[in-house]
Amino acid sequence: MVVQEGIMAETTSKEGLSKEKIREIIAKRAAKEFKEGDVVTLGIGLPTEVTKYLPENMNVMFQSENGLLGVGKDQTGDDTDPRVINAGGGFVEIKKGACFYDSQMAFIMMRGGHIDATVLGALQADSEGNLANWSIPGKFTPGMGGAMDLVVGAKKVIVVMEHTSKGESKIVERCNLPLTASREVNLIITERCVFRVDLGKNTDSTGVLASKTAEFSENTALTGGLILEEINPMFSLEDIKACTSASFRVSENLKEMEI
Amino acid sequence: MAKLTTIKEAISLIKDSATVMVGGFLSCGAPDKLIEELAAQNVKNLTMISNDTSFPNVDKGKLIVNKQVKKLITSHIGTNPETGRQMAAGELEVELTPMGSLMERIRAKGAGLGGVLTPTGIGTTIADGKKVYELDNKKYLFEKPISADFALIYGTKVDKFGNIAYFGTTRNCNTVMATAADTVIVQADEIVDCLDPNEVVVPGLFVDYIVSAKEETLAEKTLEASVSGEASSKKAGV
Repeated sequence: MVVQEGIMAETTSKEGLSKEKIREIIAKRAAKEFKEGDVVTLGIGLPTEVTKYLPENMNVMFQSENGLLGVGKDQTGDDTDPRVINAGGGFVEIKKGACFYDSQMAFIMMRGGHIDATVLGALQADSEGNLANWSIPGKFTPGMGGAMDLVVGAKKVIVVMEHTSKGESKIVERCNLPLTASREVNLIITERCVFRVDLGKNTDSTGVLASKTAEFSENTALTGGLILEEINPMFSLEDIKACTSASFRVSENLKEMEI
Repeated sequence: MAKLTTIKEAISLIKDSATVMVGGFLSCGAPDKLIEELAAQNVKNLTMISNDTSFPNVDKGKLIVNKQVKKLITSHIGTNPETGRQMAAGELEVELTPMGSLMERIRAKGAGLGGVLTPTGIGTTIADGKKVYELDNKKYLFEKPISADFALIYGTKVDKFGNIAYFGTTRNCNTVMATAADTVIVQADEIVDCLDPNEVVVPGLFVDYIVSAKEETLAEKTLEASVSGEASSKKAGV
């Protein structure tokens, strides 16, 4: 219940990638963002698929807002215990070193800056690092659950989503859907490319914007915006430009996305 | 000190138009027997504060389907389409609150604080009509405390002093809700004479009434006897 998956509904894209393949590409790429010992909170749906592609020996602890650090595999069969669930309400195993806690502690972790990374689905993400993933005006809104707190608090916010919805770019100049959080997204991963978001924050160790401190200089100027870091080799730079409504810069180190 | 009672008697304390906090994350750690009785007694015009509204006809969802709730403060209603339907039809007022803010607002009441300053919701519609404070170059939203007349909560093991212990992920918002309501009723899977103090998650001072989830299988007398029987003979073993 951290967040709904957003619109991930279309069947097959024009480029012939099946929905399954799109999800696989995105989840595989997102899994590369984690490092040994990270504590990670995943949204429901596509973000959860990231767990399939973690290297076997990598120790990443998954945190769940309903009170479990060390979420293990889904539990099925007769010996499930309804007293141990994940944020989606599914029965789960727990990993060695796991712990249980209450909702307050869950959000001390999430809002308080103690989660290394979060992976969330989105309806829209924009060039300012804004995220919209909880509400479409005029449609039934399930609620934001813990998503707003999580996006504000996590050290790294990774958005995973299909590049387009019904042919429209989901990466926009400015979100026109209600925001989940303002200027918090660090990375956007789609089946076609990877954008880094330059938030222009340049925060010092206390979280104070560099621009607001005496040390601020030309070198830390607030450039901001999206930087294209990787392209799926199935697509060209022109393709990405054509299907992305937000403006972006191309990284000097532009790489092929591993798919 | 916490008093052992029946589910029926405990719920009969709740009158129409009461404000009630209900614990649980979906069905996990939801005080289902207390909710069932609240539905059976058909108390109306409730203001319910809960993490979610579960599923239709499952624990908290029953109160929605039964149209006993006129106002709902919650973080997520996506699992119960009936909540959305009543909301759209104007039959139910819903205040959607980020889950972390909801928990902190409840905690603020329990902890005697005047409110909470949180970065959550800044730059979103959640901030509409709320005060924003800027401290050390960071913006915070002021969120008010939430209190309730009653809290219906769950405990895996509860002792006769009202101390509560939990299994797995059942503690969720039960713990904070225990601190923020005038009258706190806990539904226990198991009632024991005295918990190991090291096990206690919710201190008994917050709890007013204890009911047994298994009372339909136990004669009331037996239950009382089992609780008071060896009370003084056992020490709180560590």
